[in-house]
Amino acid sequence: MNVPDELRYSTDHEWVRADGDRVRVGITDYAQDALGDVVYVSLPEVGTTVEAGGVLGEVESTKSVSEIYAPVGGEVVAVNTDLGSSPERVNDDPYGAGWYCELVPTDPAAVDALLDAAGYEALTAS
Amino acid sequence: MSAPGGRATSAPLVGREEEPTLFELSRPGRRAWSFRTGGFPDRSVDDLVPPVHRRAHPVDLPEVSERDLVAHVTRLSARQFSVDLGAYPLGSCTMKYNPKVCDAVAALPGLAGVHPAAPASTVQGWLALLVELEEALCAITGMAAATLQPAAGAAGELTGLLLMRAWHAAAGRPRSKVIIPDSAHGTNPASVTLGGYEVVTVSSDERGCVDMDALHRVLDEDVAGIMLTNPNTLGLFEEDIARIATAVHDVGGLLYYDGANLNAILGVVRPGDMGFDIVHMNLHKTFATPHGGGGPGAGPVAVAERLVPFLPGPRPVRTVDGPLGYGWHTPARSIGRVHSWHGNALVLARALAYIRVNGADGLRRVAEAAVLNANWLRRRLAGTLDVAYDRTCMHEVVFSAQRLRRDHGVRALDVGKRLLDHGFHAPTVAFPLVVEEALMVEPTETESPETLEALAAAIEAVVAEAASHPASVTAAPTATPVGRVDEARAARRLVATFDARPTPEG
Repeated sequence: MNVPDELRYSTDHEWVRADGDRVRVGITDYAQDALGDVVYVSLPEVGTTVEAGGVLGEVESTKSVSEIYAPVGGEVVAVNTDLGSSPERVNDDPYGAGWYCELVPTDPAAVDALLDAAGYEALTAS
Repeated sequence: MSAPGGRATSAPLVGREEEPTLFELSRPGRRAWSFRTGGFPDRSVDDLVPPVHRRAHPVDLPEVSERDLVAHVTRLSARQFSVDLGAYPLGSCTMKYNPKVCDAVAALPGLAGVHPAAPASTVQGWLALLVELEEALCAITGMAAATLQPAAGAAGELTGLLLMRAWHAAAGRPRSKVIIPDSAHGTNPASVTLGGYEVVTVSSDERGCVDMDALHRVLDEDVAGIMLTNPNTLGLFEEDIARIATAVHDVGGLLYYDGANLNAILGVVRPGDMGFDIVHMNLHKTFATPHGGGGPGAGPVAVAERLVPFLPGPRPVRTVDGPLGYGWHTPARSIGRVHSWHGNALVLARALAYIRVNGADGLRRVAEAAVLNANWLRRRLAGTLDVAYDRTCMHEVVFSAQRLRRDHGVRALDVGKRLLDHGFHAPTVAFPLVVEEALMVEPTETESPETLEALAAAIEAVVAEAASHPASVTAAPTATPVGRVDEARAARRLVATFDARPTPEG
């Protein structure tokens, strides 16, 4: 299972990459593997404000529909519109082309409170 | 061992050629049937239908002869798996055998040939049947009255939630949340949302039941109710149901019983006695009416006394005055109709036939045999697959193929597909979601010990093959008319009409 060291993780299997004043969010390799083939991704509207733990959208696989939660609260400033025509990117490249959205966090320090790679690996190993 | 009621390896899977669509069989001007000329006044379409209501172009319908049409659908039916063909252990869906006597009853001209708008005076027999069914369902569930209108389980859920909403509104304390367990049927959160409520999920404990601590944390005065399936979707009985009922009632909430698994407790315990206020029943599952391929179903909703005034109407009732024994009545504060006319009436007739043929003692034996068969399979296969929650189950048992996936790259889906090659329908896979690589087996009460053994042996063979030749399992099915389909591609690149199909070159 691929768990990049430089990312932060939520207990709901989202990853967060800090990048200046914004963070990029996606679902982890573990999550895409558990979901199976992703067939549809619903994206939030740019400009939406969401609290930490709030629902950003949904990811649908051949097995199930799961909600994607905001790992940190903030405003949605970008979404990966490519997922509309190519939802398989979530499976093929969860940390790269399969990214989900970008947020400007309300509290930038909230990112540091998320799990680090070791913490997330421990979570998924249990 | 032979499996008289089960294995379908001798199924008449005629040929490997792709079956053409009716559009491909179509030839201009060909007809299945036509009226003989004469007897009808010769009127122009212009006189009969105003131009504003007419199509600019004729609709594109296939033109085939009766002979070609019958051959087409018969070939398709011979390539299809069905309850009548062999064992169908599709967990949660309860694909039990439907006794033919129920079909015979539903085919009676006096039942099948009646127009739903017929005056009550001319359909007293139908009304008596509906009233008797309602009374039987209330006796089975321990409730006061029922509506027979909802078309199936999900329609029953929405009806139940609208009743919940109407009851809280009438009491002057509208609420906003409905609690459902994380193991719930996917229809539950959908119905809650459609009913205008917010979904609050409560987690399962390590025994697969509602976590009481988690429940207490989410219970407050804004909770309209809780939706529970008992036995739950893991096939496990909620042993804390009495405490759950007390806790929910204490905050003024209602208990909704998802009757999808009622077949496990028929004649043994009643939802009304557990404390439930609203109960839907899937007649097409519990009371053995056909439901492969999308129905029709029937999802009556029974309620406790305090909710009776809100039931959909008109309801068939015994009349207390007047010359007729039966009539129609709309309750005072009815939420209105939830189905045109009186629901899927012939499904209701089948269900009453099933109840009457079995009788009270027979229905209890139905539940006992369903539970016995599932537990026999659980023990028989305990060394073959991991049992998700290894305790006595009810009518279905959930295995996990997680180990097969980790060690051999074979998923629950692959096991299911390979079972098709062994002449059995696949179990449910990937549900309940709380179990990784779930394989949910519901043998139903109608399968013989020989069939159960044959099914168990087939699952054993597939699991052994997953270790020795995993590629054979992941490539399955190979003995069916249609091989492995690419479900992900089908969902990602949806082609829903014949015109939109890709050409062979494209």
